[in-house]
Amino acid sequence: MTQVPASWFLTLSAVLFVLGVAGFIFRRSVITMFMSIELMLNAVNLTFVTFSYELKQVDGHLFVFFVMVVAAAEAAVGLAIILTVYKSRATLNIDEVNSMKN
Amino acid sequence: MDVILFLVFAIIAVLAAINVVVQTHPIASAVSLIGVMGSLAVLYLLLGAEFIAAAQVIVYAGAVMVLFVFVIMLLNAGAEVRKGRSFMASLLGAPVLIALLALLAWFVERIYPESVGVHFGGFTGGGPEAIGRALFTTYLLPFEITSILVLIAILGAVVLARKEID
Repeated sequence: MTQVPASWFLTLSAVLFVLGVAGFIFRRSVITMFMSIELMLNAVNLTFVTFSYELKQVDGHLFVFFVMVVAAAEAAVGLAIILTVYKSRATLNIDEVNSMKN
Repeated sequence: MDVILFLVFAIIAVLAAINVVVQTHPIASAVSLIGVMGSLAVLYLLLGAEFIAAAQVIVYAGAVMVLFVFVIMLLNAGAEVRKGRSFMASLLGAPVLIALLALLAWFVERIYPESVGVHFGGFTGGGPEAIGRALFTTYLLPFEITSILVLIAILGAVVLARKEID
């Protein structure tokens, strides 16, 4: 067998997505949660590229391009928010940033 | 050959992704995430997406992760403190995770019973020329909206991270 089944790529993507969800739920550091979001976005990108190969169309690559742009913008704004929170609270633990809870 | 290439880099990606989740120090997670992104770039090449593979390395593994490492260093973020872990979470966490994973894999196999084989060179429409052509014809409006989004993000980042002037 010299060809890789396309479902293997989709399964790999599912595995990476679930690991990203797990990181987002289990970790308490804001920066690590943010990196888990990036991991989930990467998993979705792999699905887009796989289906693009499958359908022999370039549209999936364009969606990946837009996801990358949005992820870069999100990282810039999100890390600026983390900096601001750290300046006012002096903590990166998400459990201690709960002023909207009460 | 293609199968070996896929297996090697898929295993690297999964191990690095597990490392992202289990490492307590943020910088170790960031380096592992760069490993995930690099191995995904190789898989994109296997799928015939040359432009996306290059953009993955430059934008994700380059720009975004440098931003992350920069913030980690700036804030001097140390190892995460573990406290108040609930009993139910530690009991149910791993089984629920495996169940969700199994459900996803089952859906993939069910929707995709006989999938097409992927081999290197099976799709050649992923180069910069094809991407640029689609980007400036079919996807021109989203592309322009994206530029506004990036402008807003730049302004937002500058306003948020600005030093307070009294």
